[in-house]
Amino acid sequence: MQIAENILQTEDLSVFYGNKQVVTDVTLDVPRNHITAIIGPSGCGKSTLLRCFNRMNELIPDASITGKVLFEGQDLYAETVDPAEIRYQIGMVFQRPNPFPKSIYDNVAFGPRINGFRGNMDELVETSLKRAALWEEVKDRLHASALGLSGGQQQRLCIARTLAVEPQVILMDEPCSALDPIATLAIEEVMRELAEEYSIVIVTHNMQQAARVSHYTAFLMVEDQRIGILVEYGESRQIFTNPTDERTEAYITGRFG
Amino acid sequence: MARYEVAPGVTALEKDYSAQRRMRTRVIHERIARSVLFAFSTVSVLTTVGIVSVLLFEAIQFFQEVSPIEFLTGTRWTPLFASKHFGVLPLVTGTLLVAFLSMLVALPLGLLSAIYLSEYAPTRLRQIVKPILEILAGIPTVVYGYFALLFVTPLLRMISEDIAVFNALSASIVMGIMILPMVSSLSEDAMTAVPSALREAAYALGATKLEVATRVVVPSALSGIAASFILATSRAIGETMIVTVAAGQNPNFTLNPFVPIETMTAYIVQVSLGDAPAGTLEFKTIFAVALTLFCLTLIMNLLSQWVVRRFREQYE
Repeated sequence: MQIAENILQTEDLSVFYGNKQVVTDVTLDVPRNHITAIIGPSGCGKSTLLRCFNRMNELIPDASITGKVLFEGQDLYAETVDPAEIRYQIGMVFQRPNPFPKSIYDNVAFGPRINGFRGNMDELVETSLKRAALWEEVKDRLHASALGLSGGQQQRLCIARTLAVEPQVILMDEPCSALDPIATLAIEEVMRELAEEYSIVIVTHNMQQAARVSHYTAFLMVEDQRIGILVEYGESRQIFTNPTDERTEAYITGRFG
Repeated sequence: MARYEVAPGVTALEKDYSAQRRMRTRVIHERIARSVLFAFSTVSVLTTVGIVSVLLFEAIQFFQEVSPIEFLTGTRWTPLFASKHFGVLPLVTGTLLVAFLSMLVALPLGLLSAIYLSEYAPTRLRQIVKPILEILAGIPTVVYGYFALLFVTPLLRMISEDIAVFNALSASIVMGIMILPMVSSLSEDAMTAVPSALREAAYALGATKLEVATRVVVPSALSGIAASFILATSRAIGETMIVTVAAGQNPNFTLNPFVPIETMTAYIVQVSLGDAPAGTLEFKTIFAVALTLFCLTLIMNLLSQWVVRRFREQYE
């Protein structure tokens, strides 16, 4: 498998909630400036795996991990690493749009402000909104509440908000699951453009979406009570047309899940 | 239309009849329920109307003898003395002084403890601390009054000899402690109601716990927090026992917290306890004072409703 330089890597990564293991021994390389999709049936640990990359699992009491996660070759979970600093470089877009109950402008400016941005904020807000393909729709009402936007617009706002802190990686946790097909296509278009500059990891339960936008695909599943097993990982073209593992084939052809 | 179980052999017509009967009883039940509920809600409305009319009726009699202008602008309140003055301002300043100072204690402490409980405390600790805080709200206010007079005042007098035995400061501090749980509990409810998706969004942008609390949770819960502040202020304005016991009964027109003062509520207690015979002008003063107090708390309540509506933030 030909893979570009890796920005994120996991080595024998397992995640536990209390005694329950929800990701099992996953070893995975995420290439720089590409879109990597994680697919699999509900409850297979896709989101949990994604949340290991920006240490969001730590917000859940009694979650723990074993194994390693490397970001640019550095151990993400080393004691000297500040999780807030990590999340500044590895942004995240969530399943449901979650704009702050503030103005559109303040939503985008939130991250730069808390991170002590000293530059032209107006310009940064404009660039971020343009990259998220939202600028034209909101440029005349930047100071209106973000909650007045439609679901698809809110989700693009959340992407703009993430872009404003200029991360290297963007994690997307089923970003279109609460959106209609047109809004979904708009987001996918944004993702394709962003992949030129950013590394994107997207969790999706929509296989067509994974096939449409991603360069690489990882397939996770639950087997014999073991949750979060990485079955197959490779170029999306190959995974969706000629999977090597029969379980992958069964899943993508719709025989289960 | 719903189907009903009927005995076998019952004709279609009879079935219809039984369904109709059930329908009718249900309609009657609904009517009874509605009128009973209406009656109960009317009772509370009528009580309010009754109180306001008594206040107005007596106060109007009072204002036939004392001009409202003198009442509202005079700075001497001596209705029980030989030389009578009916300026309510010393009572108003006394009330507002105590309310203001007690809020100075309750607001910061209440808000900080709410932030701690909602954002920092482990669930177990919150489950223990919150009920304890709420017990504070259940202590009879007369106990707080004597706590102020017999414990806090001596402490204050150890710091400075200039502080009188009866003073506004001691009563205010203790009243602040009394309303603190109210501020803390209501604000904490408002903060806990902020969806965790908003917290996650902020964490994902590299926010620290403190930034999440101060820049996301508190602003999002602002309407609830503001409402708790205003409710607490109303409570402080209307509070009676602590000020009666610990703040004195000297209607001084002053903002000095170290000297005895008298609040509107404390004055009403003083007269009700029998200093003035019923029916006299002295006695009627309490209705005028009560009406003033009523207007003050009414304004606070309207303000609170306005604030809640104005700053209500929807989350989705």
